[in-house]
Order: sequence, then structure tokens, then C-alpha cells
Amino acid sequence: MSGGRWSAGVIPYAEMGYWRPDYQPKDSDILAAFRITPQPGVPPEEAGAAVAGESSTATWTVVWTDRLTSYENYQAKCYRVEPVPGQEGQFIAYIAYDLDLFEEGSIANLTSSIIGNVFGFKALKALRLEDMRIPTHYVKTFQGPAHGIVMEREYLGKFGRPLLGATVKPKLGLSARNYGRVVYEALRGGLDFTKDDENINSQPFMRWRDRFLYCMEGVNRAQAATGEIKGHYLNVTAATMEDMYERAEFAKELGSVIVMIDLTIGYTAIQSMAKWARRNGVILHLHRAGHSTYTRQKNHGVSFRVIAKWMRLAGVDHIHAGTVVGKLEGDPHSVAGFYDTLRLDRIEADPVKGLYFDQEWASLPGTMPVASGGIHAGQMHQLLDLLGEDVILQFGGGTIGHPMGIAAGAAANRVALEAMIKARNEGRDFAQEGPDILRAAAKHSRELDVALSTWGDITFNYESTDTPDVVDTPVSL
Amino acid sequence: MRITQGTFSYLPELTDEEIALQVAYVLDQGWPCSIEFTDDPHPRNSYWEMWGLPMFDLKDPAGVLLEVNECRKAYPGHYIRLNAYDARYGRQTTALSFIVQRPAEEPGFRLERTEASDRRVQYTTHPYALDRPQGDRYAR
Repeated sequence: MSGGRWSAGVIPYAEMGYWRPDYQPKDSDILAAFRITPQPGVPPEEAGAAVAGESSTATWTVVWTDRLTSYENYQAKCYRVEPVPGQEGQFIAYIAYDLDLFEEGSIANLTSSIIGNVFGFKALKALRLEDMRIPTHYVKTFQGPAHGIVMEREYLGKFGRPLLGATVKPKLGLSARNYGRVVYEALRGGLDFTKDDENINSQPFMRWRDRFLYCMEGVNRAQAATGEIKGHYLNVTAATMEDMYERAEFAKELGSVIVMIDLTIGYTAIQSMAKWARRNGVILHLHRAGHSTYTRQKNHGVSFRVIAKWMRLAGVDHIHAGTVVGKLEGDPHSVAGFYDTLRLDRIEADPVKGLYFDQEWASLPGTMPVASGGIHAGQMHQLLDLLGEDVILQFGGGTIGHPMGIAAGAAANRVALEAMIKARNEGRDFAQEGPDILRAAAKHSRELDVALSTWGDITFNYESTDTPDVVDTPVSL
Repeated sequence: MRITQGTFSYLPELTDEEIALQVAYVLDQGWPCSIEFTDDPHPRNSYWEMWGLPMFDLKDPAGVLLEVNECRKAYPGHYIRLNAYDARYGRQTTALSFIVQRPAEEPGFRLERTEASDRRVQYTTHPYALDRPQGDRYAR
């Protein structure tokens, strides 16, 4: 043979069948949108084909053993390449993968394929996985959230308002006994949940077992003081799966309604814990520790909307997904896209929110988004307006830093929240009238009054780095 | 103490006019209202007694408020809550729930501890009111 597809040597990926502009994706295909920045001189179609090739069957040279397979089926197909508006040298490459390429119910396998090999590819300066369409054929092979939003609300008996939480601060150094004090005060004051921080595991100043015992004393005291179900996210993150199971079992034995894990434990461990959580009737909270290392920069990495999809499949009940108004990265449109991805059953593609594909979840339960990081009672109207009702608002410093004490800080947040829900339901334009609504509520709550005079003016106005490229004029924001 | 179950427990008691505004909102969402009462406010008591069936066809806030007041007359010393139910596919759960009457005196809960080995404690939340027979738990 001379020339053609099967000659030994190196031929462009596009000519090996990975560039298929005529291809019509099947309903059962897994689709991916990659943002590619090709090296100078590399045509975008070839770069897209290279990504398709390297994330499926190809290697750098022609191999005759392909001819022992029905390779057309296993080849990923780059079927469209579009320039990114306003970003010279960047393109969105759409790639379709046959369902057969993936093991059922395995995030590890899915990600090893899609992001396993291609991100260091020399022909590309940068590469970002922007979004994926997971077909229902594949969705249905995953357990999904251990309980989901609806079950969690029924379990807790809390309806019609966001839930409130706080992370215990300082995050490092408190003894277990002092730590449990913060839990008790915050919960009896009016929060629904308190939380271990991501790096509270089992350190010399506080071992996990001691923390669990004191925290559950605080949780149960607060439950008796208020008549409400309360919880503390006991972080069971540990070095091995065996350690995590041991800690989770102990939390369950003590009657905790919830345990927590960090994203750093890895996808397989997350799926294992999700199965444990469903088996044992314990809610599973996920802290997205480490995600910004690959989600924040727009030209390289994996968008958080993809991580959100993977984590809903993997089966977590809670995941941190941004606050918009707090101290951490979060463009309002992108964050709206993350929240939709986590909460809705059917999502339509919406370039304004950075959503590239329709996504059908086929009744997979929703994951409750968590807004945490530099938010306070004075922003309650903005938080409700931007994030809606199925969300956990976590005020760490905004609870514990209250001049009248932790319980007062918690009460201030709860009063602000309930006043805002009441006003919204009464048909008031709460986003505009928010400050007035809060001031009126503060007349019967000294805790809120003091919170507003302490933090009322604190804002974090920095430009976001991770923004959708297509932004039309929003109707209301 | 004050039991803080339900949305709005941290606000001053809602007036009947304020309750009617909330009812108007939930009816506008297409959520039928229901009324429940209990003298066992344990946080895990899911099944308060039903004041009749959910009012699937009642579209008038005044009608709902009338039922609330009938329930208050019949059970002046009980907790009464007003629920809104969202039957939409994918939801099919309570959409809003708040207390519209509480006993004059709320004795609250006793926390019982059963001490086990290795410093473990099993906790039980016991409503003081449950020490008296059903129907005779709160002053009227």
C-alpha cells in the first residue's frame, strides 16, 4: 500500500477519520465541547480531530491493529469547530463519543477517557473541557445523589426557604471541646447546619473521634433547644477508604444526619461514599477542595459545570457551587449555569450561562448547591435573587464574627432569611427593596441590627476570570 | 422556649392578613394548602394530624384562612401549621410550611443521654409535653 489511511507513518488526525463535519451525533453519544488553542500553523479542524483521536482510539502514528476492530465505531468524531467570539486563536471543538467507549457508572473511566491524555498535547497551546452532554442511556447507569434535594428537605422537615450553614472558624487549631461549642452556639442560634472545613480531618490538635463526639453533643443540644433537626457536616476525608468508612460508620452510630468528603479524595472514593451514604441514610456533603486549580482559567482545564455534572452522577447530595457576591470567583451567568446543572431535571443549552448542550437527567435526584465564602446577612436579598431557594447559604465569618456572639450571628442570618422569604412571597420587589426589608426586620431583631451595622457595606467587587464568551444583555440582574 | 420549626418562626407571629398574603402566593404557584395540628412537636414527628384533606380545589385565601381559624377554635392549645404542596413532576413534596398557632407555654424538650462505652452517648429528644396524655398536653 502506498499513501492512504493505512500507510505506516504519521498522517493528520483529520485524515484518519477523527474530523467528520458530516457526522450527526446520535442520541446515545456522549458529547463534549472543548475550547482549543492550537499552536501557530495547526488548523483548528486538525486540532479538534487530534483531541478526538487522543481521547479515543488514536496514537501518534498509524497502527495496523486498528484494522482488527470496527474502528469507525470507537473513533471519537470532531463534528464541528467554531471560533470563540472575541478570543482570537481560540475555537470550540464539538466531539462525539460512542457510548461503547465507556464503562457503566464509572466517573473514573469517563474522565480517564475524556481528559486522560489530551491536556498535555503539544499541538495545542491550551485546552479546556467546557461542557459535556451525558445521554440518559449513560445517566441511568449511575446511582446519582444518595438522597437528593427533595429527600433531604423531607428528611430535615425544612421547606420553602434556603438552608443556613456555617463553617467552624478558625479552621485550624481549636480543640475538639472548643470546636463543639461553636457548633452548639451556631445551631441553637438558628442555623440548620454547621460544617467542618476541608482541611479539618484528624490533626494533632484535634483527632477525628474527639471532634465527632463533641460536635454531636452540640448538635443534639441544639436540636433539643429549638425542636428542629440540626446537623454538622462531619468531614470523613482520610488517607484511605478504610479510614473513611470507619469515620463515617462512627458518625452514623452517633446519629449524625450528614457526613462530608473533599473533592481531593478522588472520583472513585466519592462514588464509594455516595453508595455508603444511600445505604446508611446519611446525607453526603462534598467540599470542592482544589477545583480552582483546573476550573478557574478560561483557556485551560475543566469547567466547573463539567465537575458539577460529574459530581451529580457520582452521587453527592451537596456541592459548593459559588456565591456570586462572596469572596471567591464566580461570574453570575456562569454560576447560574452551575446551579441549573445541579438542580434541574432538564436543562436547555444556553450560551449566556455557558451551557453548550441540552442535558436530560431522567429523574436523577438534584444536588443541593452550597454558597459559601465571604457572604453575610446584609446580602440576603441578592443571594435569594441570584441563587433561589434550593441552596445552602453558609455564613462562616458572618456568623462566628458577630459582635454579640455566635448564636446572635446565627439568629441574624435566620431573621434576615425569613424576612426576605416573607417579603418575596408577599410579592414585593425584594431584590430592589432588600435593604429596606432588612432594616425593617432588624427593628425586632437586635442581632440582625448589629450584623447590618457590622457588615452592611462589605462587598467583593473583582472582575471574574471564568466568564461565558457570549453575554447578551441580561433582563434583570 | 420557642420551637423554631417551619419557615417564619424567627419572625414575630404572622397576623391573619400576613398569613393571607402567604396563602395568596402559594395558591398563585398552583400549590394547594393543607392544615395540620399536633400536641407532639418532636422534630421527627412527620405526621401531624390532618385538619381534613388538602384543599386541592380551594383557590381563595379567605377560605383557607377560615379553615385555619376553625382549626384554631377546635384546638386552641395545639401547634397548627399551614403547608403548601407542590405536586409537579420531579418535585412532589411540601413547598412551604409554617406555624400559624402555638401553645401559650412551650415547655420544649429534655435531652436524654444514654452513656455507652468509649465516651459514646446515645441521645434522645423528649418533648416534656409527652409526659401528659394526648389531648391534655398544653394549657388552652
